[in-house]
Amino acid sequence: MQKLLTILQDLHPEVEFETADHLIDDGILDSFDIVTLVAEIDDAYGVAVPAQELMPENFNSAGALYALIQRLRDE
Amino acid sequence: MQRNILEYLEATVRRVPDKGAFAGEEGSMSFRQVYDQARAIGSYLYRAGCYRKPIVVFMKKHPRTITAFLGAIYGGNYYVPLDEEMPRARMELILQSLEPGMLICDEHTEGLARQLAYSGCILRYEEAAFGIIDEEILSQVRGRQLDIDPIYIVFTSGSTGVPKGVMGCHRSVIDYIENLCAVLKFDEDTVFGNQTPLYFDACLKEIIPSLKYGATTQLIPKQLFLFPVQLVDYLNQKQINTLCWVVSALTMISSFHTFDRVKPKFLRTVAFASEVFPIRQLNAWRAALPKTRFYNLYGPTETTGICCWYEVTRFLEEGEALPIGRPFPNTEIILLDENGRVPAPGEQGEICIRGTRLTLGYYRDREKTDTAFIQNPLHDLYPDKIYRTGDIGRYNDRGELLFVARKDHQIKHMGHRIELGEIEAVLSAHPQVRNACCVYDPQRRKITAHYTGSVTPGELDHYTREKLPRYMIPAIFRQLTAMPLTPNGKIDRHLLCRGGS
Repeated sequence: MQKLLTILQDLHPEVEFETADHLIDDGILDSFDIVTLVAEIDDAYGVAVPAQELMPENFNSAGALYALIQRLRDE
Repeated sequence: MQRNILEYLEATVRRVPDKGAFAGEEGSMSFRQVYDQARAIGSYLYRAGCYRKPIVVFMKKHPRTITAFLGAIYGGNYYVPLDEEMPRARMELILQSLEPGMLICDEHTEGLARQLAYSGCILRYEEAAFGIIDEEILSQVRGRQLDIDPIYIVFTSGSTGVPKGVMGCHRSVIDYIENLCAVLKFDEDTVFGNQTPLYFDACLKEIIPSLKYGATTQLIPKQLFLFPVQLVDYLNQKQINTLCWVVSALTMISSFHTFDRVKPKFLRTVAFASEVFPIRQLNAWRAALPKTRFYNLYGPTETTGICCWYEVTRFLEEGEALPIGRPFPNTEIILLDENGRVPAPGEQGEICIRGTRLTLGYYRDREKTDTAFIQNPLHDLYPDKIYRTGDIGRYNDRGELLFVARKDHQIKHMGHRIELGEIEAVLSAHPQVRNACCVYDPQRRKITAHYTGSVTPGELDHYTREKLPRYMIPAIFRQLTAMPLTPNGKIDRHLLCRGGS
């Protein structure tokens, strides 16, 4: 989780990712961020996020994103 | 002969008044509604003393925004789109240079509009759009209008830190649209899926042909561009058959293997511009949609929009250069070498553009206009203006034009045209920055800012976000103890590009 928080913090130093839970709905993450995030997650965790997992629900909070990474790693 | 772009709308409204013209997340408008509201806005503006003035349209993306553009033109003015995503400092810079006759806003933007350092008039869209349509005023305005009169100013990145306002006119837009439509085969059944923001000239590709043919433009919600499967579902749901998108929006879909799950069902035409389309991604699109026509388009804002086109009809190998093809009819491309002469066949030269489609130049900047729009250096017999793009091109063995590189430090990043100099100017303006240099890595699509000075990377990042649009914010800030220099004392950009310090 710490690795993921670092990745997110690098993208948006101004956001409190521990508590923010409307990253998409509030327009904090944009398409630049999503593309970057997917690439960085691949680098850091070795998981490729497939197209069908690119949904607002999976990106709205650091927790949701981490749950997605774990789920993809288990598969 | 047509001399006003509004004639497109007027012919269409007689034919299909109730057909949907523009549709978005928060409502749609028929051609009749666009026509009536635009004429009411035109009447209002003229009565308010706005004639031949810049009219700022500062509204959320919506069919009404396009109607406000047309309303400005009905009043004999030219529109200037501003976007709420622009940082405040940049908006104020633009407003200062414009001194607009009016700023039109909506319920989303009014609060911010009233906080800006701007002392001119502010108008809510609804106040004007549902008022009186004064036929007499509108016909007077039309009678005095020439096809060389300006209709818009769009702002593009400027290397000295001040955005440049490019002015298009009726004649340049008509020439552009007539030829674009003929090549891309738009018609009344075309359903555009608009991706590009309304504050750039790129959206003319959809807006004006919609008016011309009575075709429909769907304004796709921006958030969908984060989620490829939902995006393709949306294209299918709205029966969108034509895309004119920036490359990064298309590769977002193909690179996540979206086509394994869902495919666009209605696409007839996919046109793309602004960047080089990676061949592997292009091949994925072509394999998924074998019946769709694919076009690579090229052209700068200064020549109204796209001026060269290439239809992808043959298989391209990875690593092969995707041609930008050939110019539209009534447009000439001239390659010029450093001495202002045409290079030998196959050799490189600067891409220069000649034709009616040349815009009027930069607003209130005679010097920059005269540097970029010059007398054709191949003769001095009569005035003959060409636009120097700053792009280097050459012809391949098939006679197709190829884009090779930029002459300067302009880059294309996520579909946006950016002068690295503009970012550097903002960084250097920070009191604790001594020197700054930005480089771009097109493979990783990252802008890296190198700087010397005592400010921390985090602080500088924060500062930059207040001054520049999101797409111009460097991904990485690297603090150096000294800038690497070349033997003749310039900043060594090549070394910085390789990641050295």
